[in-house]
Amino acid sequence: MIRLEQLTKRFAQKHGQSVTVVDSVDLQVARGEICVLLGASGCGKTTTLKMINRLITPSEGRVLIDGADTRDIDTVTLRRRIGYVIQQIGLFPNMTIEDNITVVPRLLGLDKAAYRNRARELMALVQMDPAHFLKRYPKELSGGQQQRIGVIRALAADPPVLLMDEPFGAVDPINRESIQAEFFALQRELNTTVLMVSHDIDEAIKLGDKVAVFRQGRIVQCASPDTVLAEPADDFVASFVGHDRILKRLLLVQAGSLAEQGGEPVLSEAASEAEQRAALGERRHRALPVIDAAGRAQGYVATGRAGLQPFRAIARADEDLRVVLARLYEHRLDWLPVLDADQRYLGRVSQRQIADYLGAPV
Amino acid sequence: MDHPWWGLAELAWPVLLKGTGYTLAFAVVSMVLGLALGFVVALLRVAKVPVLAQIAALYVSLIRGTPLLVQIFVIYYGLPSVGIEFSPVSAGVLSLTLNVAAYLSESMRGAIAGVHKGQWDAGLSLGFTWWQTMRFVVAPQALRLAVPSLSNSLISLIKDTSLVSVITVTELMLGTKELIAQTFQPLPLYLAAALVYWVLSASFERLQKRVELRLERAHQR
Repeated sequence: MIRLEQLTKRFAQKHGQSVTVVDSVDLQVARGEICVLLGASGCGKTTTLKMINRLITPSEGRVLIDGADTRDIDTVTLRRRIGYVIQQIGLFPNMTIEDNITVVPRLLGLDKAAYRNRARELMALVQMDPAHFLKRYPKELSGGQQQRIGVIRALAADPPVLLMDEPFGAVDPINRESIQAEFFALQRELNTTVLMVSHDIDEAIKLGDKVAVFRQGRIVQCASPDTVLAEPADDFVASFVGHDRILKRLLLVQAGSLAEQGGEPVLSEAASEAEQRAALGERRHRALPVIDAAGRAQGYVATGRAGLQPFRAIARADEDLRVVLARLYEHRLDWLPVLDADQRYLGRVSQRQIADYLGAPV
Repeated sequence: MDHPWWGLAELAWPVLLKGTGYTLAFAVVSMVLGLALGFVVALLRVAKVPVLAQIAALYVSLIRGTPLLVQIFVIYYGLPSVGIEFSPVSAGVLSLTLNVAAYLSESMRGAIAGVHKGQWDAGLSLGFTWWQTMRFVVAPQALRLAVPSLSNSLISLIKDTSLVSVITVTELMLGTKELIAQTFQPLPLYLAAALVYWVLSASFERLQKRVELRLERAHQR
């Protein structure tokens, strides 16, 4: 979908020397993928992003979109096909929200009813009430709301490619989580190809299909978030992703996927207690869940304790391992049953399994 | 009725009124032309148009670095010697316009530079041309930033119109002087002229407030 080939940008400095901000960057992003450009400030990631929609002209190298060299496309056409979300101040303060979202079709003189409907549709997608917000000015909205509008303005023309420059950096942490989740769902639905600049490793893990770690204008590692965390290419990447990088891998796996690998037997509710005890065997500290005919977990039986024990805590299939581990510690448990939305038992997640996952290579 | 000032007022008001009319006309015409010229000059410098931007910078420097009185003399008395002649009124309008435009262009240039750079990126990335971004995104925001300092220059302009009295245009100032030559009553007549200037400037200030409130609408929570 998007390919950067030997992309390079040099700026001339005052005393005649030139400084290379982006140095021979190669990168490929497939359709529908989110690629996060990760790095410290001044490492060239924003410059790389701006060379894609030619806000900055590359010194060398080229950018291909669907195989077409962007130099051969006129800039206006190119930019209409590429959405761009800027940090914080991207909205036009002198226009209402509606005018902000519809500014391009309005200036092009397109069908008014069509673009006004589109604005309402997009507002609904991000759970904002059009009747309440469309006639307001950006200043009247919270930072999170402004950022949502920034995203949908960029998506208004249905661009196949979306560039985002620290889109959620200015949003407070609580709102950030929900905006990120919302954006992720929207992106998956629209199948937009996204290149996102970020300096936040957690954001890269959460959203990225691919993470390109930048250092001094070069990509030092480009891989899946799990690979970057488990096998950082060098010390720089390792320290950038944090010394707790192994724990960050917990974010990448949901309880459901680990539960299915368990393979522990389950006991039927219909069986007599004697049969259940027999299945449990003689091992000490062993416990097995009991499920009913519909597959719903009823509790568990354990050696050394009489009768059916209720679960003190459970894990939902869509919860990530960090949440699950926290719950295990909170209740001082060795394992949790994993249930789906209908309370059906999927398997278990144990501390042991989590440790094995973290210790294993990708 | 027989207070001597009544007679003076009766004699003076048609002259003062006519003078005020001239003053107002000079101010308004130079204001409109000056805003237009100032915007063009500011655009040339912001867009860094080669050659023209340097000429614009030189123009601003020359105008700001020389007294308006000298500029008026050069245009009205100096230029005829190289074959360029103006009537007193057009020489007045020309010099006031050239003068105020230089100051206005600097206010506009500063205001345009004061609009956040991200706004340019946002406009251009939506596929706007440079001019569309300026016209629909940057200029409206710059205007809001520029109004206080533009108003400063425009109020100065109202008062500076008095200088064209030196090239025989009977505006408020010269009208007043002529009255004084007839009546030998400098204090009341000069005070009357001052009052007229003040009323004109004060009205302009009120206009400025209304414009500011309107432009501020988008920026209030």
